[in-house]
Amino acid sequence: MSASTSGLSEKRTAVDLSKIGAFVRKYGAGIALVILLVVASLSSDRFLQYQNVLNILRQISIVGVLAIGMTFVIITAGIDLSVGAILTVVVVYAADTVQTYGVVMGITVALGMGALLGLVNGLGITLGKVQPFIMTLGMLAMAKGIALLFTQGRPISITNETFLALGNGRIFGIPNPVVVLFVLMVTAWFVLRHTVFGRAVYAVGANEEAARLSGIPVARVKTAVYVLSGLMAGVAGVLYASQLGVGSPVAGDGYELDAIAATVVGGTSLFGGLGGVGGTFIGAALLGVLSNFLNLTGVSPYAQNLFRGALIVAAVLLQRRSARGV
Amino acid sequence: MSQMNSQDNLVRLRGIEKRYPGVHALQGVDFDLRAGEIHALAGENGAGKSTLMKVLGGVILPDGGSMTIKGETVRMTSPRDALRLGISLVHQELVTAPMLSVTENILLGRLPHRFGRVDWKAAHLQARDVLDQLGVHLSEKTKMGSLSLGKQQLVEIARALSRETSILVLDEPSAILGQAELETLYSVVRALRKRGVGVVYISHRLREVLELSDRVTVLKDGQLQKTVDAQDLDEEQLVTLMTGRELTVPPKTAPPEDAPVLLEVQELKVRGGAAPVNLTVRAGEVVGLAGLVGSGRTELARAIIGADPAHGNVSVGGKPFRRRSPRRARLRGMAYLPEDRKEQGLLLNRSIRENIGLASLGVRSRLGVLRNGWDSKNVQVHATAVHLKAPNLTVNAGTMSGGNQQKVMLARWMATDPSVLILDEPTRGIDVGSKSEIYQLVHKVAEQNCAVIMISSEIEEILSMSNRVLVMRERTVVAELVGAEITEEAVTRAAIVGGPRAEHGQRRSDPSNSESLPITEEQK
Repeated sequence: MSASTSGLSEKRTAVDLSKIGAFVRKYGAGIALVILLVVASLSSDRFLQYQNVLNILRQISIVGVLAIGMTFVIITAGIDLSVGAILTVVVVYAADTVQTYGVVMGITVALGMGALLGLVNGLGITLGKVQPFIMTLGMLAMAKGIALLFTQGRPISITNETFLALGNGRIFGIPNPVVVLFVLMVTAWFVLRHTVFGRAVYAVGANEEAARLSGIPVARVKTAVYVLSGLMAGVAGVLYASQLGVGSPVAGDGYELDAIAATVVGGTSLFGGLGGVGGTFIGAALLGVLSNFLNLTGVSPYAQNLFRGALIVAAVLLQRRSARGV
Repeated sequence: MSQMNSQDNLVRLRGIEKRYPGVHALQGVDFDLRAGEIHALAGENGAGKSTLMKVLGGVILPDGGSMTIKGETVRMTSPRDALRLGISLVHQELVTAPMLSVTENILLGRLPHRFGRVDWKAAHLQARDVLDQLGVHLSEKTKMGSLSLGKQQLVEIARALSRETSILVLDEPSAILGQAELETLYSVVRALRKRGVGVVYISHRLREVLELSDRVTVLKDGQLQKTVDAQDLDEEQLVTLMTGRELTVPPKTAPPEDAPVLLEVQELKVRGGAAPVNLTVRAGEVVGLAGLVGSGRTELARAIIGADPAHGNVSVGGKPFRRRSPRRARLRGMAYLPEDRKEQGLLLNRSIRENIGLASLGVRSRLGVLRNGWDSKNVQVHATAVHLKAPNLTVNAGTMSGGNQQKVMLARWMATDPSVLILDEPTRGIDVGSKSEIYQLVHKVAEQNCAVIMISSEIEEILSMSNRVLVMRERTVVAELVGAEITEEAVTRAAIVGGPRAEHGQRRSDPSNSESLPITEEQK
């Protein structure tokens, strides 16, 4: 009898702890973001200024858009290493097209190019049965090659005022890239949560064979997420080119890792079936706020990578626990 | 190790307590295991059998109670502790390395080596030795992945044995085995008993429990019901102990003779099949598909719905079903519930709601957007219809018991309003209570003029549920039994020695098994 009562009280604390644990795991990125915001605003007066906040959002817009596509891909238990390189291709082609044929054509080429390269990824993975990691790694190299060949290694400058205004203008005082990011985030949230396609994306990632046997067109869904990821790289490419006014053949280097980091820090599981764009936004914001904070406080840029890396690992460690502790 | 007299208790568990949030999983359970005893642990899913065995295996730490192993009071905090004490668990889900050899699987992590180099000769010898002790006939050099599940199970037992195990826990070892493999398993378990090993045997097959074990301990809702000698029990008493009610199988209702044929399969060649398959199923009919494990029943089902490519014709509702795929099968009103719920059926880390809604997403949407979100009433209706027991529909499917998981699968497909339902081992690993419910649900579906095919390795189930039985062997249908012909003997005989059906397709040129069966000639 005494054993059972003592067992009871022990259990009670354990329950509370496990609840806190679950909470931390589920909202880990959000909690970290709040803590970071508090610390940052206490240590720098400039941090919470309206302009600085908008600045952070503008800085994360490109990675954020890429990470939207990445979230879809990773929910299906895939990975897209090629988004940075696709962005580069998009940037150089868009820059060239805008100079000769104008804004509309430039954007069309950018989005079409991104979607097309994404389609190649998707078909290689579904029809060719190449593993996503390998397929998109190959695409990374190919896309880089395309961009270098096209530009012969020289950046293309953009002088079209309308196009540059796209990236640097504002709507109601909010920078255009931030508006684009929010619109796409909300759309993606809706698609994932409320459409047949979105639910199929989760199903494919959670259990591909079960999804197939339940009549989900698995190959189509998988192809679609890579097209979507390529398309997002297209959008991000337009944002990049129009903000910086230059089509650089190394524009997207490393962006794929930032996009993956934002997605994974935001709680989307690399094993598939879990996650969402809400988390991805928080993940992107967390990384953005961190680097902004480090900049404001004058931390050496060399040290910044160290912090970013540590943050990514910490976030994934938390999730690994939650994945096991069902 | 000191020689023990057979009455000594190897294991003595007293007042074991375990609580999980919301569940009192073990409520002061006592359990003893003697050397040289087969001690069955029975109970419905969720009764606490697995939890109790995880306590014994050091996988989970109890909240209260005492454990005495071989006379010493112990406190185990990890599976390593248990292994050191000679306790081995063989789980229901096999944990093997399919690309490695049998030897490596048996000696996993303990391969003999010299100067860092694996001593393969010694390794194979050791493995061979353990396999011989068990009387298992298979080459130690075979790749694990090329063995049947049953053989893999035996290798797992061999692994446990090679570790100087004196206490062996087998968690539903028979669930995945066919008849022939069962016999090997039984003889292995009996051989272990003779060697003085204490075997805890968990199974849902009641007859097996009674025949094999010396004592039976029954758990219900985390409480010890009773520990009794197996010979003092019969099946009915055991069920009553486990559930507090009796196993009910609803009476069969034969469909009318002129019921329309909803599924027709013509000359369908199952991969590796001895002859193509022909079969028809009428509306309201339950056709049992019997046969040994590996006889091609799952392959046939998958070929019918187009999950695997196969030559031949399938008609649904009188119209040909071409360019078969699971998706088109669903659109044509076919439903297939795979045997491996976890691997092929469920989205384990998604909610019950999503799992139920999975096959009817299209029905519940307009222009690709889900109507009233995915919180559709439809899902709730179907969950209720299958008597799903869950706190709410947002619970992950992976956390539910086998019976409830199967009900989720049924609900998923009921939501598509199928005209052809193919169930692959629908009651595997499911407790008695849920079994009855699933039988009733299958009957209900058939009564609504659905054509039902039920694949099962449990002969009682085939006998009691089917209007007609098809028996498969060598990946083709070798016998068809109707009405009074449906007997245990006829089904078993056809499954073991039946030849391909004579009038369909090529006669097989294997005289040894084509002549022996009267059943094969007897075709409608």
